[in-house]
Amino acid sequence: MTESVVDGVDGLAYREFDGERRLATRGSPVYGEPTDGVWRLWDARRSKLAAAVERGLGPGLTADAGVLYLGAAAGTTVSHVADVAGPTYAVEFAPGPLGDLVAAAEERPRLFPLLKDARRPATYAGIVEAEVDVLVQDVATRGQADVALRNRRFLADDGRLLLALKARSEDVTREPAAVFEDALERLSSDYEVLATERLDPLHADHLAVLARPRE
Amino acid sequence: MEGAWFAELDPADPEAAASAVRESRRDGPADWPGLAVERGVVADREAYYDALHAATTAAARAAVAEHERADDRRLVEAVRALDDTERVANELAERVAEWAGDTASDGGAEAVVRTVVDRESEDELDRRLVGLAERAAGLYAERDELRATVERVAPTVAPNLAALAGPVLAARLTALAGDLESLARMPAGTVQVLGAENALFAHLRGHAPSPKHGVIYTHEYVRGTDPEERGSAARALAGKLAIAARIDHYAGDRRPELERDLDERIARVRERTADGETEEEP
Repeated sequence: MTESVVDGVDGLAYREFDGERRLATRGSPVYGEPTDGVWRLWDARRSKLAAAVERGLGPGLTADAGVLYLGAAAGTTVSHVADVAGPTYAVEFAPGPLGDLVAAAEERPRLFPLLKDARRPATYAGIVEAEVDVLVQDVATRGQADVALRNRRFLADDGRLLLALKARSEDVTREPAAVFEDALERLSSDYEVLATERLDPLHADHLAVLARPRE
Repeated sequence: MEGAWFAELDPADPEAAASAVRESRRDGPADWPGLAVERGVVADREAYYDALHAATTAAARAAVAEHERADDRRLVEAVRALDDTERVANELAERVAEWAGDTASDGGAEAVVRTVVDRESEDELDRRLVGLAERAAGLYAERDELRATVERVAPTVAPNLAALAGPVLAARLTALAGDLESLARMPAGTVQVLGAENALFAHLRGHAPSPKHGVIYTHEYVRGTDPEERGSAARALAGKLAIAARIDHYAGDRRPELERDLDERIARVRERTADGETEEEP
């Protein structure tokens, strides 16, 4: 048995790659990642969300879950999300990497690429549906907690936020632990933090935060 | 329904849908798939998502195409062409001035060209002189067009760099580095002496002082600073320009705080000469 389904979700499983048990999703390859039949490796070294899922911080990516993904970049991670989940809205601010994101979306009819600024949800509230089940945020900008607060409006009351906090985006001179503490404090006005996990050494100075919205 | 991307269009028209996706504004989300079905815009949720997929990918593709059109390599060619046309125009204009026997005119050779083109030509040699002056004048006009284009395009290619350096200097720095990515990878000290390669190599061979600045000398913050403090001003400017290039290449968004930081740094550098102090940078 080389396969074990994660959280009972079809399309997300641990598979054997080069003799190692690794996370994988079912879908067409996007960035030259190793494949095994219909499965393709979801590398925790490249993807903060994969690292968070491997450490038990899965935000509930199920086959019918609506997902809003902030900071999609070239689509490496969001392509795996779309393999697993339902309608997936991928917000990215920079036009540079958008070409690769569009290429990933072409193969995935429920992945919607959006060139938008995650700090300005009003520019995509007319497109992204209300009550998504999962909000994933991986934006390298100052004020990451504020971005999560502003995007609370899209999340269902029983939904989950998975936030990859990058200390260096907030303040390169401060101790990451202090930066994380401040961000969690700000987050707590609208979110209840369920779990946190440092992603070192795979992703230096990153904290994965799993949270749910407060009523 | 107000602000919904599909509110005012036929979802079968992909171009209208793509621009609606790019321009939509609205405070809060709603159950768009449900509303679209309810309104009879689409038959069912699956059809809604198909239409949304077509519209969002078309909008994203259009944005990518726009970005590529505003590409840094073409800007580099434009600014090189600007310098080429000016150099060639000056060369022809000097010939015109010498031929016309008018080398002392105010405003240099370019001004001479403008007076010569209006001359009546009395013989064949005169006709050739006027013809040459017309060519030079045409090149000067082309140079002006190229400069206007560089000024317009540079802020879309490198918004922060263009804001800090001015569009033409931003384009020149990019050209000297080769492209925006190469500039973004350069340490600030290299940016500081870009365009002063001869002086730098003379220094490295050990028979000249290290150059304080390269092409950034044309920036008001260097040229307008007291010579005593010019090296500090050049270092401060180059540091911010290197950061701006990195943001432009890797992120692409505008960061107005960079200009504020630079203004403050330069103000502090200039205060020192105002106070008559010459303390070193911390």
